[in-house]
Amino acid sequence: MAIDKNARYLESHEYAKPSGEYMVFGISDHAQAELGDVVFVELPAVGKTLAKGAIFGTIESVKAASDLYAPLSGTVVEVNEAVKNDPSLVNKDCYGDGWLIKVAPSDPAEFQSLLDSAAYGKAIGEE
Amino acid sequence: MNTMNMRDEPLVYELSRTGRRGCALPKSDVPEYVLPEDLVREELDLPELDELTVVRHFTRLSQKNFSIDTEFYPLGSCTMKYNPKVNEVAASNPGWKNLHPLVGEEHAQGALELMWRLQEGLREIGGFAAASLQPAAGAHGELSGVLMIRAALRARGDDGRRKMLIPDSAHGTNPASCTMAGFVTQTIPSGPDGNIDMTALRSALDESVAGIMITNPNTLGLFEKNIEEICRLVHEAGGYVYGDGANMNALAGIFRPGRSGIDVMHFNLHKTFSTPHGGGGPGAGMVAANESLAPYLPGPVVVKDGEAYRLAMPPKSIGRVKAFHGNFGILVRAYVYLLMMGADGLRRVAENAVLNANYLKSLVEAVYPVPYKRHCMHEFVAKGTVAEGVHTLDIAKRLIDYGFHPPTIYFPLIVQEALMIEPTETESKETLDLYAEALRKIAAEAASQPELLHEAPHNAPVARLDEVMAARCPVLCYRG
Repeated sequence: MAIDKNARYLESHEYAKPSGEYMVFGISDHAQAELGDVVFVELPAVGKTLAKGAIFGTIESVKAASDLYAPLSGTVVEVNEAVKNDPSLVNKDCYGDGWLIKVAPSDPAEFQSLLDSAAYGKAIGEE
Repeated sequence: MNTMNMRDEPLVYELSRTGRRGCALPKSDVPEYVLPEDLVREELDLPELDELTVVRHFTRLSQKNFSIDTEFYPLGSCTMKYNPKVNEVAASNPGWKNLHPLVGEEHAQGALELMWRLQEGLREIGGFAAASLQPAAGAHGELSGVLMIRAALRARGDDGRRKMLIPDSAHGTNPASCTMAGFVTQTIPSGPDGNIDMTALRSALDESVAGIMITNPNTLGLFEKNIEEICRLVHEAGGYVYGDGANMNALAGIFRPGRSGIDVMHFNLHKTFSTPHGGGGPGAGMVAANESLAPYLPGPVVVKDGEAYRLAMPPKSIGRVKAFHGNFGILVRAYVYLLMMGADGLRRVAENAVLNANYLKSLVEAVYPVPYKRHCMHEFVAKGTVAEGVHTLDIAKRLIDYGFHPPTIYFPLIVQEALMIEPTETESKETLDLYAEALRKIAAEAASQPELLHEAPHNAPVARLDEVMAARCPVLCYRG
């Protein structure tokens, strides 16, 4: 499974990746493979404030519907409209075109508290 | 196998031929009434068919039904047991069937007595103080129960408690019921033995806890061994314990949930008590409670007043949750089942449900890995990881070719590639042997001819459905 080295992860498989002054949230390659074909993504409105660990949306595949947890606190500045219209982008390119939301972090230090790519790799390798 | 049923059945509109008639209307015997012009249509798009075509069309459709009356149906956590025909005989008695729900109590004493006896019987089986037959489904019972918890918290001035704990091995309806009742859910993980992680539970118990919703046996088919301690801890923290009784088929006549400390629980009459399940049921999810929550039960409930029966609202009732008196016809069936079984029979039901599940598990676990090495209760969870590139979905679809209903798949979520199998007590050893044989054959096919699985089902009216396309681009009208 691909693990983007620029991103950091939650054990629940969401990632946060720096993009200029913002952070991009998405789900890992491992998560999209486990979910199978994604058929629906529900994302928050731009401007919504998220606390670290809060549910920011829902992702639904033919197997299951799962909540999405915010890796970091912040305010939503952009939502990936393309992925709402074509949820298969999450399966095809979870670290690229299949990103979910872009957030202005309120506490950038939280990024350091997430799992780095090595620690996340270890976490999913043990599953 | 009747291959006639394998062919595509046209829609009734496709069978239509202009001018064909299935019935002759009698001459009008009332004065003609001229409809306002704006209500008159030149064309009315209704199918035109003769009677025989209609009869054949619907008979063929009915023969495509997959049901317990035709095949084995081991859908996990659904208790698809046989629905004895004697239930139907009793429920079709005109005295029950034609009774109007607005008839006064004095003219419905028999019906009220039946409801009272069922209420009392289930209360006794569950070890509770009181029960209400109102809720019409399992999740309806859950919602009623958590609303009762909310009302009790409010009554003691503790409305700030909003956190409901839900184990990750619970039914998916539990978090939904909590959310509807205004609670916030927190997931409690399972430990390595498949039971609630007690350390995680303890650390979640704070002053914001309203309660816990617990399914026992859980969706892994495992008994929560610490149930009494769980109840004690939650009570000490000031919360209530909701019991999801969907898996009561493993316990009836052996274990009384009310005695273990559970405060409120629903029973699924359409699971444990042999009333129809699936196809809309209708269901019945009656709810029972101990002393602390009984005053909040939905109502009206039936009370016995000397020799007479009457309807009464519990003193602090959350109110009505259903028009009239629950799904009364279903209550008749469940009561007949209780009478036919008796106390001893009900205990044997639970014993044989557990025995059948363990027998089937023992036949397949060498091929389909079972993640928790324990005896199971009425169901077990195995993994469909039998060959590279083959998924549980493929195994489920291939089972259809063997004439079996697939088990519940991809649930519970904590087991990857899960197959959740519940045979119930009403199946014979021969059926279980055949099912295990089919599962083992499919595992062999998965290794030697995986395409056979990927393209399954082959012997069904429709081949593999494109679920992804159906979910992403649903076509909801047959004309496109």
